[in-house]
Amino acid sequence: MINENNNSENLNKFLHKENEIRNVETPDGSIIQVDPLNDYFCTDRPEVKEPKNKVIEKFLNWARAESLWVLGFGTGCGSIEIPPLVTPRFDAYRFGVQMRPTPRQSNVFIISGYLAVKTLKRVIRTYEQMQGPKYVLALGSCTINGGMYWDSYNTINRLDHYIPVDVYVAGCMPRPEALLAGFNKLKERIKDGRAEGANEYAEKFDWYKSNQKKIVKDWNMPDYNW
Amino acid sequence: MDIVIRLLYVFLGLFIVLNWGLLMSAIMRKIGARVAGRYGIPYYQPWIDLIKLYSLRDSITHGVMFYLGPVFRVSGGVGIFLFMPLIFGSSYFSNFSFAGDLVLIMYFQFFGMLGMALGAGEGGHPYSAIGISRGLSQFTTIEVPMTLAVISIAVQYHTLSISEIVAAQQGGIMNWTLFTNPFATAAAMLSLLGAFGHSPFNLVKAPNEIPIGPPTEYHSAFLGVLRTNAAILHVIEAVLFMNLFFGGAGNWFELIIKSFFIYFWSVFVGVVFPRFRIEQSVQWFLKIPLLFGVIAIIIFM
Amino acid sequence: MENYIEDIKLRFDVKDIVSRRDNLSFITCEKEKTIALITHMKNNLGFTHFVLLTAVDWIEDGLFQLTYILNNPNAKIDIAVRTMISRENSEMESAHKLWQQVATYQRELREMFGINFPDSPGVTDNFILEGWDDIPPYRRDFDTKKYAEETYFPRPGRETNDPAEYMKKKLS
Repeated sequence: MINENNNSENLNKFLHKENEIRNVETPDGSIIQVDPLNDYFCTDRPEVKEPKNKVIEKFLNWARAESLWVLGFGTGCGSIEIPPLVTPRFDAYRFGVQMRPTPRQSNVFIISGYLAVKTLKRVIRTYEQMQGPKYVLALGSCTINGGMYWDSYNTINRLDHYIPVDVYVAGCMPRPEALLAGFNKLKERIKDGRAEGANEYAEKFDWYKSNQKKIVKDWNMPDYNW
Repeated sequence: MDIVIRLLYVFLGLFIVLNWGLLMSAIMRKIGARVAGRYGIPYYQPWIDLIKLYSLRDSITHGVMFYLGPVFRVSGGVGIFLFMPLIFGSSYFSNFSFAGDLVLIMYFQFFGMLGMALGAGEGGHPYSAIGISRGLSQFTTIEVPMTLAVISIAVQYHTLSISEIVAAQQGGIMNWTLFTNPFATAAAMLSLLGAFGHSPFNLVKAPNEIPIGPPTEYHSAFLGVLRTNAAILHVIEAVLFMNLFFGGAGNWFELIIKSFFIYFWSVFVGVVFPRFRIEQSVQWFLKIPLLFGVIAIIIFM
Repeated sequence: MENYIEDIKLRFDVKDIVSRRDNLSFITCEKEKTIALITHMKNNLGFTHFVLLTAVDWIEDGLFQLTYILNNPNAKIDIAVRTMISRENSEMESAHKLWQQVATYQRELREMFGINFPDSPGVTDNFILEGWDDIPPYRRDFDTKKYAEETYFPRPGRETNDPAEYMKKKLS
């Protein structure tokens, strides 16, 4: 694991009560020790999963591109653009874009605008819970270079240092039309087989983790949340 | 040799039912979208979703029961299918129906529910547990008027075989149970609203409230299996009601039309009424549907 | 408005009375008397609604200025009570017993300015910054631009223009 010492030190300092090592009585009366971080979470690193057959992969990529399930997690001011996107005015369902309420079932993560460090921590957890191949659509200039929050003490400047980004939609804020154009760009990328963000994340895992840990100072979760 | 041909026809029937179920779910979602003033998904969206779900590269698991949940669910759905006579008078599309299949099918309806409860419970998400407890308590109350209606029919026709019930309804629209036993039909059609899980009885998945209930932790191929099963189950439940109350089907075209309208009944109610809370839902089933069921029993005692 | 101010003047040693609008006045009180003053305003003068508590960093004077804005819903007027506390080991008496929600404001001030409120419930919990280990970011000696450049990987190529200069160049 990365930053072994730093990590364990931080773990002790910021650990939540429910994640502390504790003794639990089993139904048959014996006492066992539970270490939630190791027992309840998967500690494996992500693996690179290469596409196998070219022809089949092309077909599957077409299916993936036409069925984009978006996680309903608004991270910043841009999440207000998503309700008009799925309601009658713009109706993104026509293009195979559907909203899902849980990270397990979604493939597209819309980072909608500025990311505070507190939110970034949740974003990392959520991104790692999504099942690959997964795509990230970053909205607004805040995710590109910090936008109007470029010199803020608590918002990140470049999203691509923390999670791999497939498509940036520029603007402050981009309107739903721009978001639809971003979805079309993402579809092109997937169909070309270029949207391999999950594999990129697994390849450069150490780099991403060290960047994340540099700013998420109360790192009190496992290094990889599935 | 005979069993092989029978099996081939069973698979053919399953294939048709699956595709009709997927198409029907797309049509119903489009109807819902048009009510909301949208165009909605394309008609082929369910197939693409299925291909995508089966082709995801990652799929983590929470343990053995997590695997078995969708397996139980799909065996519940396919189990109902296997014992359901689809086409009246066709020896091939009667599947494996036998003299007491009605009892078996009533049982299988609960089987998938329980399997899903075990699997989703191992997923460990709190919303799964809420969804399961709601689903089981609601389904238990749905069963009361539905069972009363089925018993009433069994008393009326002196049989527990679906094929014989369908046979008894042949010879004109006035022979349908809808007209010969209207109270049982009413009780069953009201409990069907709950069985299909559309609004106002969509407390189990309850979008935007406990997103999305039991399958919260299910993903990729697991969810693909669940969706496949949902497509089969929706058609088969509609076919069950068609056989019991609406004179069965003499050919595939009749089956498609009738199952569409039976399913449409729940969607029609669903786009009009908002969601109940669980205690309202339970009380609702134990009032008028239960009364209809009891009247239906009393009439044929 | 006037009679409220007169009443406060009678009982407390307040200075710098500024009237901004017909329904908004600022008064300054010394640190030790402030809680007694707002208790009096809440209990006897009808200022039952607590609007906000905020702080200003007067780094040149070595002072923090705390402002409690109180509202009288019946008379529809606001009075803001200011008090100055020293910047070195800044500490203030907690007002959470008057209004529960003050505890949240005090938690925020402790995190953002480093002003301590002993006895305030949950005052040491994280508010927005989780695991912050630098000096509190709203203090004016904290260089937020430098911190952001060192921490958040600024994207090279960002240009800034003074709007006036830029337009002059553009129009000439």
